[in-house]
Amino acid sequence: MPEPVDGNSLAGPFSELFSADLTTATARCLGCGDVSELARATVYPDPTGYVVRCGRCDDVLMVIIEEPDSIRLELRGMSWLKVPR
Amino acid sequence: MATRGSSSAIGDPLVISERETRDAPPHRIGLWHVGVVVSTHTETPTGRSIVLDVPGWGGNLAGQHADVRLTASDGYQAVRSYSIASAGDSDRVELAVDRFPTGEVSPYLVDDLLPGDELELRGPLGGWFVWKPTQTESVQLIGGGSGIVPLVAMIRSHTDSASTAPFRLLYSVRTSDDAFFRSELERPTPHLDVTWLYTRRVPHGWPRPAARISLADLAASAFASSLSPAVFVCGPTGFVETVATDLVALGHDPQRVKTERFGGA
Amino acid sequence: MAVISRGFTGRSREHTPELPPGQYLTKDFPVLSAGPTPDIATADWSFSIRTDDATLHSWSWDELHTLPIEDIATDIHCVTRWSKFGTSWRGVSLDTLFAGVETSDEYVMAHSYGGYTTNLPLQDLLGGKAWVAFEFEGEPLDPEHGGPARLLIPHLYFWKSAKWIRSLEMMSSDEPGFWEQNGYNMYGDPWLEQRYW
Repeated sequence: MPEPVDGNSLAGPFSELFSADLTTATARCLGCGDVSELARATVYPDPTGYVVRCGRCDDVLMVIIEEPDSIRLELRGMSWLKVPR
Repeated sequence: MATRGSSSAIGDPLVISERETRDAPPHRIGLWHVGVVVSTHTETPTGRSIVLDVPGWGGNLAGQHADVRLTASDGYQAVRSYSIASAGDSDRVELAVDRFPTGEVSPYLVDDLLPGDELELRGPLGGWFVWKPTQTESVQLIGGGSGIVPLVAMIRSHTDSASTAPFRLLYSVRTSDDAFFRSELERPTPHLDVTWLYTRRVPHGWPRPAARISLADLAASAFASSLSPAVFVCGPTGFVETVATDLVALGHDPQRVKTERFGGA
Repeated sequence: MAVISRGFTGRSREHTPELPPGQYLTKDFPVLSAGPTPDIATADWSFSIRTDDATLHSWSWDELHTLPIEDIATDIHCVTRWSKFGTSWRGVSLDTLFAGVETSDEYVMAHSYGGYTTNLPLQDLLGGKAWVAFEFEGEPLDPEHGGPARLLIPHLYFWKSAKWIRSLEMMSSDEPGFWEQNGYNMYGDPWLEQRYW
Protein backbone atom coordinates (compact mmCIF):
# COMPACT_ATOMS: atom_id res chain seq x y z
CA MET A 1 0.00 0.00 0.00
CA PRO A 2 1.24 3.54 -0.55
CA GLU A 3 2.68 4.72 2.73
CA PRO A 4 3.34 8.23 3.91
CA VAL A 5 6.65 9.74 2.85
CA ASP A 6 8.66 12.78 3.87
CA GLY A 7 8.10 16.31 2.68
CA ASN A 8 11.41 16.28 0.80
CA SER A 9 9.69 14.18 -1.84
CA LEU A 10 7.64 17.25 -2.79
CA ALA A 11 10.63 19.11 -4.25
CA GLY A 12 9.58 18.13 -7.79
CA PRO A 13 5.94 19.26 -7.63
CA PHE A 14 7.00 22.42 -5.76
CA SER A 15 9.54 23.15 -8.49
CA GLU A 16 6.66 23.69 -10.89
CA LEU A 17 5.30 26.41 -8.61
CA PHE A 18 8.18 28.21 -6.91
CA SER A 19 11.69 29.22 -7.82
CA ALA A 20 12.87 28.60 -4.24
CA ASP A 21 13.18 25.09 -2.84
CA LEU A 22 10.08 24.95 -0.67
CA THR A 23 11.10 21.73 1.05
CA THR A 24 13.65 23.75 3.03
CA ALA A 25 11.02 26.37 3.95
CA THR A 26 9.75 26.43 7.53
CA ALA A 27 6.06 26.36 8.33
CA ARG A 28 4.10 26.88 11.53
CA CYS A 29 1.30 24.40 12.11
CA LEU A 30 -1.99 26.11 12.90
CA GLY A 31 -3.06 23.09 14.92
CA CYS A 32 -0.21 22.57 17.40
CA GLY A 33 2.14 25.49 16.73
CA ASP A 34 5.03 23.24 15.72
CA VAL A 35 7.59 25.00 13.54
CA SER A 36 9.40 22.66 11.12
CA GLU A 37 10.84 22.46 7.66
CA LEU A 38 8.31 21.21 5.12
CA ALA A 39 10.84 18.45 4.41
CA ARG A 40 9.90 17.05 7.83
CA ALA A 41 6.16 17.01 7.16
CA THR A 42 4.31 13.75 6.51
CA VAL A 43 3.08 13.42 2.96
CA TYR A 44 0.24 11.16 1.86
CA PRO A 45 0.71 10.77 -1.88
CA ASP A 46 -2.28 10.28 -4.10
CA PRO A 47 -2.24 10.02 -7.89
CA THR A 48 -4.16 13.30 -8.05
CA GLY A 49 -2.08 15.13 -5.48
CA TYR A 50 -0.69 15.19 -1.97
CA VAL A 51 -1.99 15.72 1.55
CA VAL A 52 0.76 17.27 3.66
CA ARG A 53 0.37 16.80 7.42
CA CYS A 54 2.20 18.18 10.43
CA GLY A 55 4.93 15.75 11.52
CA ARG A 56 3.99 16.33 15.15
CA CYS A 57 0.17 16.49 15.37
CA ASP A 58 -0.93 15.07 11.97
CA ASP A 59 -3.16 18.07 11.23
CA VAL A 60 -3.40 18.97 7.56
CA LEU A 61 -0.87 21.67 6.65
CA MET A 62 -1.49 21.85 2.94
CA VAL A 63 -3.17 20.00 0.11
CA ILE A 64 -1.84 19.88 -3.43
CA ILE A 65 -4.18 18.77 -6.20
CA GLU A 66 -2.75 18.15 -9.65
CA GLU A 67 -5.46 18.82 -12.19
CA PRO A 68 -4.83 18.30 -15.89
CA ASP A 69 -4.23 21.97 -16.64
CA SER A 70 -3.26 23.38 -13.27
CA ILE A 71 -2.00 22.67 -9.77
CA ARG A 72 -4.15 23.71 -6.82
CA LEU A 73 -2.40 24.55 -3.60
CA GLU A 74 -4.41 24.87 -0.42
CA LEU A 75 -2.60 26.14 2.67
CA ARG A 76 -5.30 25.57 5.24
CA GLY A 77 -3.19 24.49 8.17
CA MET A 78 -0.21 26.80 8.36
CA SER A 79 -0.13 30.23 9.94
CA TRP A 80 3.03 31.14 8.07
CA LEU A 81 5.67 29.86 5.70
CA LYS A 82 9.26 31.10 5.86
CA VAL A 83 11.24 30.56 2.68
CA PRO A 84 15.04 30.84 2.77
CA ARG A 85 16.50 33.23 0.20
CA MET B 1 25.66 41.53 -10.94
CA ALA B 2 26.95 44.39 -8.85
CA THR B 3 24.87 46.99 -10.69
CA ARG B 4 21.85 46.09 -8.59
CA GLY B 5 23.65 47.51 -5.57
CA SER B 6 23.10 51.03 -6.90
CA SER B 7 19.41 50.87 -6.10
CA SER B 8 20.17 51.02 -2.40
CA ALA B 9 21.92 53.88 -0.64
CA ILE B 10 23.76 51.50 1.64
CA GLY B 11 24.03 48.83 -0.98
CA ASP B 12 27.36 47.09 -0.81
CA PRO B 13 27.81 45.44 -4.17
CA LEU B 14 30.01 42.77 -2.66
CA VAL B 15 27.36 41.74 -0.17
CA ILE B 16 24.70 41.58 -2.82
CA SER B 17 26.81 39.59 -5.21
CA GLU B 18 27.65 37.25 -2.36
CA ARG B 19 23.98 36.63 -1.73
CA GLU B 20 23.41 35.98 -5.37
CA THR B 21 26.14 33.39 -5.43
CA ARG B 22 25.26 31.90 -2.06
CA ASP B 23 25.89 28.29 -1.31
CA ALA B 24 22.38 27.20 -2.17
CA PRO B 25 21.66 23.78 -3.62
CA PRO B 26 21.15 23.81 -7.36
CA HIS B 27 17.43 23.98 -7.96
CA ARG B 28 16.05 24.54 -11.42
CA ILE B 29 12.42 25.35 -11.89
CA GLY B 30 10.21 22.76 -13.49
CA LEU B 31 12.60 22.04 -16.33
CA TRP B 32 12.68 18.60 -17.92
CA HIS B 33 16.00 17.45 -19.33
CA VAL B 34 16.43 14.63 -21.80
CA GLY B 35 18.75 11.94 -20.52
CA VAL B 36 20.37 9.19 -22.60
CA VAL B 37 21.13 5.86 -20.95
CA VAL B 38 24.89 5.23 -21.06
CA SER B 39 24.96 1.95 -19.18
CA THR B 40 23.04 -0.18 -16.73
CA HIS B 41 24.36 -2.49 -14.06
CA THR B 42 22.50 -5.24 -12.22
CA GLU B 43 22.93 -4.57 -8.50
CA THR B 44 20.54 -7.05 -6.89
CA PRO B 45 17.96 -9.63 -8.05
CA THR B 46 15.39 -6.80 -8.14
CA GLY B 47 17.43 -3.68 -8.70
CA ARG B 48 19.85 -2.03 -11.06
CA SER B 49 21.83 1.16 -11.38
CA ILE B 50 21.46 3.31 -14.47
CA VAL B 51 24.02 5.83 -15.72
CA LEU B 52 22.64 8.63 -17.87
CA ASP B 53 24.10 11.52 -19.80
CA VAL B 54 21.87 14.52 -19.16
CA PRO B 55 23.07 17.57 -21.13
CA GLY B 56 22.31 20.72 -19.13
CA TRP B 57 21.99 18.89 -15.81
CA GLY B 58 24.88 20.84 -14.33
CA GLY B 59 25.63 18.60 -11.38
CA ASN B 60 23.96 17.92 -8.06
CA LEU B 61 24.67 17.71 -4.36
CA ALA B 62 24.94 14.38 -2.57
CA GLY B 63 21.50 13.24 -1.42
CA GLN B 64 19.37 15.09 -3.95
CA HIS B 65 16.78 13.30 -6.07
CA ALA B 66 15.38 13.51 -9.57
CA ASP B 67 11.92 13.07 -11.00
CA VAL B 68 11.86 10.66 -13.93
CA ARG B 69 9.14 11.05 -16.55
CA LEU B 70 8.22 8.30 -18.98
CA THR B 71 5.97 8.94 -21.96
CA ALA B 72 4.14 6.18 -23.85
CA SER B 73 3.64 6.40 -27.60
CA ASP B 74 0.01 7.49 -27.04
CA GLY B 75 1.11 10.38 -24.85
CA TYR B 76 0.41 8.77 -21.47
CA GLN B 77 2.93 9.94 -18.88
CA ALA B 78 4.10 8.68 -15.52
CA VAL B 79 6.41 10.50 -13.11
CA ARG B 80 8.33 9.00 -10.18
CA SER B 81 11.08 10.27 -7.88
CA TYR B 82 14.44 8.49 -7.57
CA SER B 83 17.44 9.23 -5.42
CA ILE B 84 20.67 10.03 -7.23
CA ALA B 85 23.71 7.89 -6.43
CA SER B 86 26.16 10.31 -7.99
CA ALA B 87 27.28 13.75 -6.85
CA GLY B 88 29.40 16.51 -8.32
CA ASP B 89 29.41 18.97 -11.19
CA SER B 90 28.97 16.53 -14.03
CA ASP B 91 26.11 16.08 -16.49
CA ARG B 92 26.47 12.34 -15.88
CA VAL B 93 23.81 11.10 -13.45
CA GLU B 94 23.58 7.69 -11.81
CA LEU B 95 20.26 6.44 -10.48
CA ALA B 96 19.61 3.14 -8.74
CA VAL B 97 16.14 1.65 -8.84
CA ASP B 98 14.50 -1.24 -7.03
CA ARG B 99 11.60 -2.98 -8.77
CA PHE B 100 8.20 -2.76 -7.09
CA PRO B 101 6.30 -5.69 -8.62
CA THR B 102 3.03 -3.75 -8.82
CA GLY B 103 4.74 -0.53 -9.87
CA GLU B 104 4.22 1.17 -13.19
CA VAL B 105 7.62 2.79 -13.68
CA SER B 106 10.19 0.78 -11.73
CA PRO B 107 9.67 -2.52 -13.66
CA TYR B 108 10.30 -0.62 -16.89
CA LEU B 109 13.48 0.98 -15.53
CA VAL B 110 14.80 -2.30 -14.06
CA ASP B 111 13.78 -4.74 -16.80
CA ASP B 112 13.32 -2.89 -20.10
CA LEU B 113 15.55 0.17 -20.29
CA LEU B 114 18.57 -0.23 -22.61
CA PRO B 115 21.68 1.85 -23.30
CA GLY B 116 20.78 4.50 -25.86
CA ASP B 117 17.20 4.85 -24.61
CA GLU B 118 15.99 8.32 -23.73
CA LEU B 119 13.96 9.44 -20.77
CA GLU B 120 13.24 12.75 -19.12
CA LEU B 121 14.59 13.98 -15.79
CA ARG B 122 13.67 16.95 -13.65
CA GLY B 123 16.09 18.20 -11.05
CA PRO B 124 18.27 18.10 -9.14
CA LEU B 125 15.61 18.34 -6.45
CA GLY B 126 15.60 18.88 -2.71
CA GLY B 127 18.02 20.91 -0.63
CA TRP B 128 17.30 19.32 2.74
CA PHE B 129 18.45 15.69 2.67
CA VAL B 130 21.92 16.67 1.42
CA TRP B 131 25.51 16.50 2.59
CA LYS B 132 27.99 19.16 1.51
CA PRO B 133 31.78 18.71 1.55
CA THR B 134 32.01 21.91 3.63
CA GLN B 135 30.40 20.05 6.57
CA THR B 136 33.00 18.88 9.08
CA GLU B 137 30.92 17.20 11.79
CA SER B 138 30.59 13.42 12.17
CA VAL B 139 28.03 11.88 9.85
CA GLN B 140 25.95 8.79 10.59
CA LEU B 141 24.31 7.19 7.55
CA ILE B 142 21.63 4.53 8.06
CA GLY B 143 20.15 2.84 5.02
CA GLY B 144 17.68 0.05 4.40
CA GLY B 145 17.57 -1.73 1.03
CA SER B 146 17.59 0.70 -1.89
CA GLY B 147 17.57 3.50 0.69
CA ILE B 148 21.34 3.29 0.36
CA VAL B 149 21.26 5.31 -2.88
CA PRO B 150 21.43 8.91 -1.54
CA LEU B 151 23.84 7.72 1.17
CA VAL B 152 26.19 6.30 -1.47
CA ALA B 153 26.13 9.73 -3.11
CA MET B 154 27.24 11.23 0.22
CA ILE B 155 30.02 8.65 0.58
CA ARG B 156 31.22 9.36 -2.97
CA SER B 157 31.12 13.11 -2.35
CA HIS B 158 33.04 12.57 0.89
CA THR B 159 35.70 10.59 -0.96
CA ASP B 160 35.89 12.88 -3.98
CA SER B 161 36.36 15.94 -1.77
CA ALA B 162 38.96 14.15 0.41
CA SER B 163 36.83 15.12 3.39
CA THR B 164 38.12 14.03 6.78
CA ALA B 165 34.70 14.25 8.44
CA PRO B 166 34.17 10.90 10.21
CA PHE B 167 31.53 8.87 8.35
CA ARG B 168 29.76 5.76 9.54
CA LEU B 169 27.26 3.69 7.60
CA LEU B 170 24.80 1.12 8.90
CA TYR B 171 23.39 -0.76 5.94
CA SER B 172 20.47 -3.13 6.51
CA VAL B 173 19.73 -5.65 3.74
CA ARG B 174 17.82 -8.92 3.58
CA THR B 175 20.84 -10.94 2.39
CA SER B 176 24.23 -10.06 0.97
CA ASP B 177 22.76 -10.53 -2.54
CA ASP B 178 20.33 -7.70 -1.88
CA ALA B 179 22.96 -5.03 -1.26
CA PHE B 180 23.28 -2.22 -3.78
CA PHE B 181 26.88 -1.05 -4.50
CA ARG B 182 28.21 -3.96 -2.47
CA SER B 183 31.77 -4.11 -3.80
CA GLU B 184 32.15 -0.34 -3.58
CA LEU B 185 31.00 -0.35 0.05
CA GLU B 186 33.23 -3.29 0.99
CA ARG B 187 36.31 -1.49 -0.31
CA PRO B 188 38.20 0.19 2.57
CA THR B 189 37.64 3.94 2.41
CA PRO B 190 39.40 6.54 4.57
CA HIS B 191 37.24 7.98 7.35
CA LEU B 192 34.39 5.60 6.56
CA ASP B 193 33.27 2.73 8.74
CA VAL B 194 30.61 0.35 7.40
CA THR B 195 28.43 -2.00 9.48
CA TRP B 196 26.35 -4.57 7.62
CA LEU B 197 23.06 -5.76 9.12
CA TYR B 198 21.27 -8.74 7.58
CA THR B 199 17.57 -9.27 8.18
CA ARG B 200 16.89 -12.64 6.45
CA ARG B 201 20.08 -14.62 5.94
CA VAL B 202 23.60 -13.92 7.15
CA PRO B 203 26.88 -14.85 5.44
CA HIS B 204 28.58 -17.98 6.82
CA GLY B 205 30.09 -17.37 10.24
CA TRP B 206 28.54 -13.94 10.64
CA PRO B 207 28.32 -13.14 14.38
CA ARG B 208 25.02 -11.23 14.39
CA PRO B 209 21.96 -13.37 13.65
CA ALA B 210 19.55 -12.23 10.94
CA ALA B 211 17.23 -9.65 12.46
CA ARG B 212 15.72 -6.30 11.75
CA ILE B 213 17.65 -3.26 12.88
CA SER B 214 17.20 -2.59 16.57
CA LEU B 215 18.05 -0.02 19.19
CA ALA B 216 20.90 -2.33 20.27
CA ASP B 217 22.40 -2.18 16.76
CA LEU B 218 22.29 1.59 16.82
CA ALA B 219 23.77 1.71 20.32
CA ALA B 220 26.58 -0.67 19.29
CA SER B 221 27.52 0.67 15.87
CA ALA B 222 26.28 4.21 15.35
CA PHE B 223 27.98 7.41 16.50
CA ALA B 224 26.85 8.29 20.02
CA SER B 225 24.46 11.18 20.42
CA SER B 226 27.09 12.94 22.56
CA LEU B 227 29.10 13.53 19.36
CA SER B 228 26.11 15.36 17.83
CA PRO B 229 26.52 13.70 14.45
CA ALA B 230 24.44 14.69 11.46
CA VAL B 231 22.23 11.65 10.86
CA PHE B 232 20.70 10.64 7.52
CA VAL B 233 18.20 7.76 7.45
CA CYS B 234 16.74 6.44 4.20
CA GLY B 235 14.68 3.35 3.43
CA PRO B 236 11.18 1.93 3.50
CA THR B 237 8.68 3.79 5.67
CA GLY B 238 8.62 1.23 8.51
CA PHE B 239 12.43 1.00 8.63
CA VAL B 240 12.86 4.76 8.78
CA GLU B 241 10.21 5.22 11.45
CA THR B 242 11.73 2.50 13.65
CA VAL B 243 15.24 3.91 13.31
CA ALA B 244 14.17 7.52 13.87
CA THR B 245 12.29 6.57 17.04
CA ASP B 246 15.26 4.57 18.36
CA LEU B 247 17.70 7.39 17.58
CA VAL B 248 15.64 9.83 19.61
CA ALA B 249 15.45 7.27 22.42
CA LEU B 250 19.26 7.12 22.34
CA GLY B 251 19.43 10.86 22.89
CA HIS B 252 19.90 12.15 19.34
CA ASP B 253 18.46 15.60 18.76
CA PRO B 254 15.50 15.12 16.40
CA GLN B 255 16.61 18.28 14.59
CA ARG B 256 19.85 16.54 13.60
CA VAL B 257 18.11 13.45 12.25
CA LYS B 258 17.02 13.77 8.63
CA THR B 259 14.86 11.07 7.11
CA GLU B 260 13.78 10.09 3.64
CA ARG B 261 11.05 7.48 3.55
CA PHE B 262 9.98 5.99 0.29
CA GLY B 263 6.43 4.65 0.15
CA GLY B 264 5.51 1.38 -1.48
CA ALA B 265 3.92 2.73 -4.65
CA MET C 1 7.67 18.03 -26.77
CA ALA C 2 8.01 14.99 -24.58
CA VAL C 3 10.42 12.23 -25.49
CA ILE C 4 8.74 8.90 -26.14
CA SER C 5 10.19 6.20 -23.90
CA ARG C 6 10.78 3.17 -26.12
CA GLY C 7 8.61 0.25 -25.05
CA PHE C 8 6.92 2.06 -22.17
CA THR C 9 3.16 1.54 -22.13
CA GLY C 10 2.19 2.25 -18.52
CA ARG C 11 -0.89 0.67 -17.08
CA SER C 12 -3.36 -0.98 -19.39
CA ARG C 13 -5.65 1.73 -20.73
CA GLU C 14 -7.92 -0.19 -23.09
CA HIS C 15 -11.54 0.85 -23.14
CA THR C 16 -14.49 -1.36 -22.30
CA PRO C 17 -18.12 -0.22 -22.22
CA GLU C 18 -18.38 -1.04 -18.51
CA LEU C 19 -15.57 1.39 -17.69
CA PRO C 20 -16.45 5.03 -17.07
CA PRO C 21 -14.42 7.47 -19.20
CA GLY C 22 -10.76 7.88 -18.25
CA GLN C 23 -10.71 4.84 -15.93
CA TYR C 24 -8.47 1.77 -16.07
CA LEU C 25 -9.27 -1.64 -14.69
CA THR C 26 -7.37 -3.05 -11.73
CA LYS C 27 -7.53 -6.38 -9.95
CA ASP C 28 -5.84 -4.94 -6.86
CA PHE C 29 -7.56 -2.78 -4.34
CA PRO C 30 -5.32 0.29 -4.22
CA VAL C 31 -5.33 2.02 -0.85
CA LEU C 32 -5.55 5.77 -0.89
CA SER C 33 -5.45 7.70 2.28
CA ALA C 34 -5.38 11.35 3.17
CA GLY C 35 -4.06 10.61 6.62
CA PRO C 36 -3.10 8.03 9.21
CA THR C 37 -5.27 4.91 9.49
CA PRO C 38 -7.38 5.23 12.65
CA ASP C 39 -7.42 2.23 14.97
CA ILE C 40 -11.01 1.78 16.16
CA ALA C 41 -12.08 -1.22 18.24
CA THR C 42 -15.60 -2.38 17.39
CA ALA C 43 -16.45 -2.11 21.13
CA ASP C 44 -15.76 1.64 20.90
CA TRP C 45 -17.33 2.10 17.49
CA SER C 46 -20.66 3.76 16.94
CA PHE C 47 -22.49 5.23 13.99
CA SER C 48 -24.99 8.07 14.23
CA ILE C 49 -27.24 10.27 12.14
CA ARG C 50 -27.59 13.83 13.43
CA THR C 51 -30.46 16.13 12.51
CA ASP C 52 -30.78 19.78 13.47
CA ASP C 53 -33.67 19.10 15.86
CA ALA C 54 -30.97 17.52 18.04
CA THR C 55 -32.45 14.05 17.74
CA LEU C 56 -29.57 11.58 17.74
CA HIS C 57 -29.98 8.28 15.97
CA SER C 58 -27.11 6.11 17.08
CA TRP C 59 -26.07 2.46 16.70
CA SER C 60 -23.37 0.51 18.45
CA TRP C 61 -21.51 -2.24 16.55
CA ASP C 62 -23.82 -4.90 18.00
CA GLU C 63 -26.95 -2.83 17.34
CA LEU C 64 -25.93 -2.36 13.71
CA HIS C 65 -25.63 -6.12 13.33
CA THR C 66 -29.21 -6.69 14.55
CA LEU C 67 -30.47 -4.80 11.48
CA PRO C 68 -31.10 -6.52 8.13
CA ILE C 69 -27.73 -7.18 6.48
CA GLU C 70 -27.51 -7.08 2.68
CA ASP C 71 -25.05 -8.65 0.22
CA ILE C 72 -23.87 -6.13 -2.34
CA ALA C 73 -22.10 -6.95 -5.61
CA THR C 74 -20.90 -3.86 -7.44
CA ASP C 75 -18.25 -2.15 -9.56
CA ILE C 76 -16.31 0.66 -7.88
CA HIS C 77 -14.62 3.65 -9.47
CA CYS C 78 -11.91 5.77 -7.89
CA VAL C 79 -11.22 9.36 -8.93
CA THR C 80 -7.55 8.38 -9.22
CA ARG C 81 -8.60 6.45 -12.36
CA TRP C 82 -8.78 2.87 -11.18
CA SER C 83 -11.97 0.86 -11.40
CA LYS C 84 -12.57 -2.57 -9.94
CA PHE C 85 -15.31 -4.85 -11.22
CA GLY C 86 -17.48 -7.29 -9.29
CA THR C 87 -16.55 -6.45 -5.70
CA SER C 88 -18.66 -8.04 -2.97
CA TRP C 89 -19.62 -6.42 0.29
CA ARG C 90 -21.95 -6.90 3.25
CA GLY C 91 -23.56 -4.08 5.13
CA VAL C 92 -26.72 -2.31 6.24
CA SER C 93 -28.66 -0.22 3.75
CA LEU C 94 -28.93 3.47 4.52
CA ASP C 95 -32.66 3.09 3.73
CA THR C 96 -32.84 0.96 6.90
CA LEU C 97 -30.81 3.43 8.94
CA PHE C 98 -32.81 6.44 7.74
CA ALA C 99 -36.19 4.69 8.28
CA GLY C 100 -36.80 6.39 11.63
CA VAL C 101 -35.16 9.71 10.78
CA GLU C 102 -37.32 12.73 10.08
CA THR C 103 -35.64 15.60 8.30
CA SER C 104 -36.39 18.26 5.74
CA ASP C 105 -32.68 18.74 4.98
CA GLU C 106 -31.55 17.56 1.57
CA TYR C 107 -27.79 17.31 2.10
CA VAL C 108 -25.53 15.22 4.28
CA MET C 109 -21.98 15.62 5.57
CA ALA C 110 -20.32 12.28 6.27
CA HIS C 111 -17.82 12.42 9.15
CA SER C 112 -15.12 9.80 9.67
CA TYR C 113 -12.97 8.71 12.58
CA GLY C 114 -9.72 10.56 11.88
CA GLY C 115 -11.47 13.73 10.77
CA TYR C 116 -12.20 13.11 7.09
CA THR C 117 -15.44 14.56 5.71
CA THR C 118 -17.35 14.32 2.43
CA ASN C 119 -20.65 15.85 1.31
CA LEU C 120 -23.56 14.06 -0.35
CA PRO C 121 -27.13 14.75 -1.45
CA LEU C 122 -29.52 12.76 0.77
CA GLN C 123 -31.28 11.30 -2.26
CA ASP C 124 -28.03 9.57 -3.29
CA LEU C 125 -28.02 7.71 0.02
CA LEU C 126 -31.57 6.37 -0.34
CA GLY C 127 -33.33 4.02 -2.75
CA GLY C 128 -30.99 1.02 -2.43
CA LYS C 129 -27.91 2.94 -3.56
CA ALA C 130 -25.84 3.24 -0.36
CA TRP C 131 -24.76 1.17 2.64
CA VAL C 132 -22.70 1.15 5.81
CA ALA C 133 -20.43 -1.76 4.85
CA PHE C 134 -18.32 -3.86 7.22
CA GLU C 135 -17.34 -6.89 5.12
CA PHE C 136 -15.35 -7.03 1.89
CA GLU C 137 -14.97 -10.26 -0.12
CA GLY C 138 -16.22 -12.31 2.83
CA GLU C 139 -13.82 -10.88 5.39
CA PRO C 140 -14.17 -8.14 8.00
CA LEU C 141 -13.25 -4.86 6.39
CA ASP C 142 -9.54 -4.19 6.81
CA PRO C 143 -8.66 -0.91 8.61
CA GLU C 144 -6.69 0.31 5.60
CA HIS C 145 -9.82 -0.09 3.49
CA GLY C 146 -11.97 1.74 6.04
CA GLY C 147 -12.74 -0.87 8.71
CA PRO C 148 -14.50 -1.41 11.00
CA ALA C 149 -17.08 0.17 8.65
CA ARG C 150 -17.24 2.56 5.72
CA LEU C 151 -19.86 4.11 3.52
CA LEU C 152 -20.41 2.30 0.24
CA ILE C 153 -21.92 4.51 -2.47
CA PRO C 154 -20.74 2.78 -5.63
CA HIS C 155 -22.53 5.02 -8.16
CA LEU C 156 -20.25 7.92 -7.16
CA TYR C 157 -16.44 8.17 -7.20
CA PHE C 158 -15.07 6.23 -4.29
CA TRP C 159 -13.85 9.20 -2.21
CA LYS C 160 -17.57 9.70 -1.43
CA SER C 161 -17.61 6.23 0.18
CA ALA C 162 -16.05 7.58 3.36
CA LYS C 163 -13.74 5.17 5.18
CA TRP C 164 -13.99 4.77 9.01
CA ILE C 165 -17.51 6.22 8.97
CA ARG C 166 -18.64 7.72 12.25
CA SER C 167 -21.67 9.89 11.58
CA LEU C 168 -23.91 11.55 9.02
CA GLU C 169 -24.85 15.15 9.71
CA MET C 170 -27.92 16.57 7.98
CA MET C 171 -27.37 19.92 6.24
CA SER C 172 -29.88 22.35 4.73
CA SER C 173 -27.41 23.32 1.99
CA ASP C 174 -24.57 21.56 0.20
CA GLU C 175 -21.27 22.32 1.96
CA PRO C 176 -17.92 20.97 0.69
CA GLY C 177 -16.10 18.18 2.56
CA PHE C 178 -12.34 17.53 2.78
CA TRP C 179 -11.52 16.87 -0.88
CA GLU C 180 -14.36 19.00 -2.17
CA GLN C 181 -12.84 22.07 -0.44
CA ASN C 182 -9.72 21.27 -2.42
CA GLY C 183 -11.13 21.15 -5.86
CA TYR C 184 -12.83 17.80 -6.10
CA ASN C 185 -16.30 17.87 -7.58
CA MET C 186 -19.23 18.42 -5.20
CA TYR C 187 -21.10 15.43 -6.68
CA GLY C 188 -18.57 13.08 -8.30
CA ASP C 189 -20.40 11.11 -11.01
CA PRO C 190 -17.82 8.81 -12.65
CA TRP C 191 -19.90 8.47 -15.85
CA LEU C 192 -19.83 12.24 -16.31
CA GLU C 193 -16.16 12.29 -15.24
CA GLN C 194 -16.89 14.83 -12.50
CA ARG C 195 -13.43 14.74 -10.93
CA TYR C 196 -12.73 18.40 -10.36
CA TRP C 197 -14.66 21.65 -10.29
